[in-house]
Amino acid sequence: MRRAINLIIANAIPVAATLLWLAAMAAAAEPPSRGLTNIFAPESTPAHSIFKLSMFVLTITGIIFVVVFSLLVYSLVKFRSTAANDDHEPAQVYGSNQIEMAWTIIPILIVVVLFMASARVIHAVQDVPKPESAIEVTAIGHQFWWEFRYPKQGIVTANELHIPVSDPAHPTPTFLKLLSADTDHSFWVPKLAGKTDLIPNRTNEMWMDPRHTGVYLGQCAQYCGTQHAKMLLRTTVDSKEDFEAWVRAQQKPAVQDEQVSAGRRVFETTACINCHTVSGTAANGRFGPDLTHLMSRSTIASGAAPNTTEQLRLWIQNPEAIKPGSLMPAMKLSDPELNQVVQYMQSLQ
Amino acid sequence: MSANVIAIPNPEVLSRTWLETVHEWVTTVDHKRLGLLYIGYALLFLAVAGVEAILIRIQLMYPHNHFVSPQVFNRLFTMHGTTMVFFMGMPILFGFGNYLVPLMIGARDMAFPRLNAFSFWLSALGGFLLYFSLVGGNGLYGAGNAPDAGWWAYAPLTAKAFSPGHSSDYWTLALLVSGFGSIGTAINIIATILCMRCPGMKLNRMPLLAWLYLVMSGMVLLAISPLTAAQIMLLVDRYLGGHFFDTQAGGSAVLWMHFFWIFGHPEVYVLIIPCFAFMSEIIPVFSRKPIFGYPVMVAATVCIGFVSMSVWAHHMFTIGMNSYANSFFTITTMAVGVPTGIKIFNWIGTMWGGSIRFKTPMLFCVAFLFQFLIAGLTGIMLGSAPFDWQLSLSYFVVAHFHYTLVGGVVFGVFAAIYYWYPKMTGRMLSERLGKWHFWLFVIGFHLTFDLMHVPGLLGMPRRIYTYEPGRGWDTLNLLVSIGAFIQAVAVLIFVVNLLTSYFKGRRAGNDPWDAWTLEWSTSSPPASYNFATIPVVASRRPLWDLKHPEDPDSRYD
Repeated sequence: MRRAINLIIANAIPVAATLLWLAAMAAAAEPPSRGLTNIFAPESTPAHSIFKLSMFVLTITGIIFVVVFSLLVYSLVKFRSTAANDDHEPAQVYGSNQIEMAWTIIPILIVVVLFMASARVIHAVQDVPKPESAIEVTAIGHQFWWEFRYPKQGIVTANELHIPVSDPAHPTPTFLKLLSADTDHSFWVPKLAGKTDLIPNRTNEMWMDPRHTGVYLGQCAQYCGTQHAKMLLRTTVDSKEDFEAWVRAQQKPAVQDEQVSAGRRVFETTACINCHTVSGTAANGRFGPDLTHLMSRSTIASGAAPNTTEQLRLWIQNPEAIKPGSLMPAMKLSDPELNQVVQYMQSLQ
Repeated sequence: MSANVIAIPNPEVLSRTWLETVHEWVTTVDHKRLGLLYIGYALLFLAVAGVEAILIRIQLMYPHNHFVSPQVFNRLFTMHGTTMVFFMGMPILFGFGNYLVPLMIGARDMAFPRLNAFSFWLSALGGFLLYFSLVGGNGLYGAGNAPDAGWWAYAPLTAKAFSPGHSSDYWTLALLVSGFGSIGTAINIIATILCMRCPGMKLNRMPLLAWLYLVMSGMVLLAISPLTAAQIMLLVDRYLGGHFFDTQAGGSAVLWMHFFWIFGHPEVYVLIIPCFAFMSEIIPVFSRKPIFGYPVMVAATVCIGFVSMSVWAHHMFTIGMNSYANSFFTITTMAVGVPTGIKIFNWIGTMWGGSIRFKTPMLFCVAFLFQFLIAGLTGIMLGSAPFDWQLSLSYFVVAHFHYTLVGGVVFGVFAAIYYWYPKMTGRMLSERLGKWHFWLFVIGFHLTFDLMHVPGLLGMPRRIYTYEPGRGWDTLNLLVSIGAFIQAVAVLIFVVNLLTSYFKGRRAGNDPWDAWTLEWSTSSPPASYNFATIPVVASRRPLWDLKHPEDPDSRYD
């Protein structure tokens, strides 16, 4: 009985602990098509450099784990007390300089190796010069949404970042300048790059050069207040042509549609315009997302809801229902007014 | 060292009223009673913060769950973190220090008994202030009633603009006040160890526990001071028109981060070093061998103390430091792994060739060794700045530091309680309930914290009150929550064990574990004066010498 218990002790914890490594490896082995936000499915150079380094670090730490773990299990099983040795004390050993020297020097060497591998990637990711062909985007964190400004193209949009795919032969990486309007935030799209914080009174920079088109998900990673959880992030990587078309569409002023002039009047005579901008109109607020091309986005409320008629209605009428604690106030419009404003919103292609 | 160190029984007056007993405990300056007060107070907060953790895990069981509102969730994780670090971790370790250090170095009390009582009551007031925010936090604003800025309280979330009402003030005052308490106790422990050792107890004959508490107390002095300074600056910002951290008036959010983490990282070692101390006392006794490599263990601890003062910005790899700063903090962080590794190897060396008895205290130590190994290795991963750009602020970090603080500190504290409870109460804890507690806690712990690493790798950030379905996080979060419930059951069994054993436990006698340090030479519980005659020691294991006159340690000293 006692022997059995000892064996369980020696085995159960290690087995449970091994779960961790298996799980990590399982996550690593997941194909890139799945795992929308898997850090082990990199699609851009910075994320890929980190991925390669992380595999190296996982391997080294995995080896250390196996060695120390085996030593522990061996000593627990081998040197457990048995009936035979129970009443006499084992040999009293106080230490050994040679052995202790060995297990000091070997870890130092491992640390040096890991440091050099890390320093190489730090340099490779952080100290890259910005090429002429780079796309520049200023990302500004707000409670609880993202503002994206393209200074060269003269575009302002929100929450859904569009960037071009970067062909290794003619790289067009995107360089993000990261700012914050209020509290700390962190830009994290795991498949494209590691995270970098957006901090008030500070300018940070990060870059990415995605190899494949598609939608890459992420979200704010630095706690920024009540609705930190629903400060979601969508990065759409377009082909060169699609990106240029998107830029041209975004550069146009807002659509002026006579059929929705009633909704536009409601919009421009209520508090909406204090926070929102629709280019070419009286609405030029900066606290909330730019709505000039609202319908070009697939989500509202920083990804908290799909951009549909019902959700737009709900969002304008009762934002608490979608995103409690967001800074969008309930507009308290009458039903006809609400319908008109939603129609106006939906005309903003 | 002679037979008359065995204390005479405490000539207590048995007929005391309830009020007199309370009065005695409130006015006590006895290091053992203060130690027990610290431990009891910390266990109370362990229960409170544990309930907060369970509420957090219920909310995260399913995506888009509506168990608590985002506002309440943010308060829960802020209070959970603050409580566990400042009002559970620190006091329980100070409690053991208070109780054990004088006994183990053959002293009759701490160097400054009144300062000791003052420090305890300051810490107690701190915890009270933190939870008083539930009553007073609203202020006149109808704002939040508990701090919700996270336990780092990053600027500018604590500025008036983002934190109206008084909840942040209660947080600040709670840490300020308990910080003074911690500084007082740290000074006291240092003075006691340096000045109050019994005859013959040279520094290199002290039990390792005393050495580790000496280093820990030195780190408390260095680490708590900047935190206290930062709290004062924050109060100046909030009430006297200062702009240290007020970013809307040109203040610096990064400055707060530096202040907080130059406290925050040494703090982690402040919490874990006492648990290293418990390991270094318990593992030898249950392996029936002296600690392997005593001088190297001391050197490694001092080394951890120094190096861990220069690693703080590894909590800030994502804030956009330049590549030189990131490289510097990568190497210092990894360097801490070397002395920590030495410790693990020396504990294995202690067990090697021994005759290991798997009593409940030893079980917790064994689990500690496995878990601390893993926590150390995930720490190396996080120490590599580029890897950290992905892992930081994700659930991987949450899993890592819970591996350290639960798998390390809480397991270490449980080991210590099972080991020293007989000394403190005179009764043994039940081995049967102890094994139930251990196994359920181990299973719950691994279910929760092994799996918790994975959502982090799959991109789940920390501190979110809910999450999107379909990202591979759903099942894992459910299992993590189930593990938390199993841990809660284990802790309940532990509480039952503490209470029933106090009344019905087997009598312990002076030395139930056949141990070697001085606290086991006196009665259980010890009389208020600890030792009838001050002991004289000639080696690191005075009771070994007494029990083995044919082969005493003092022969090799």
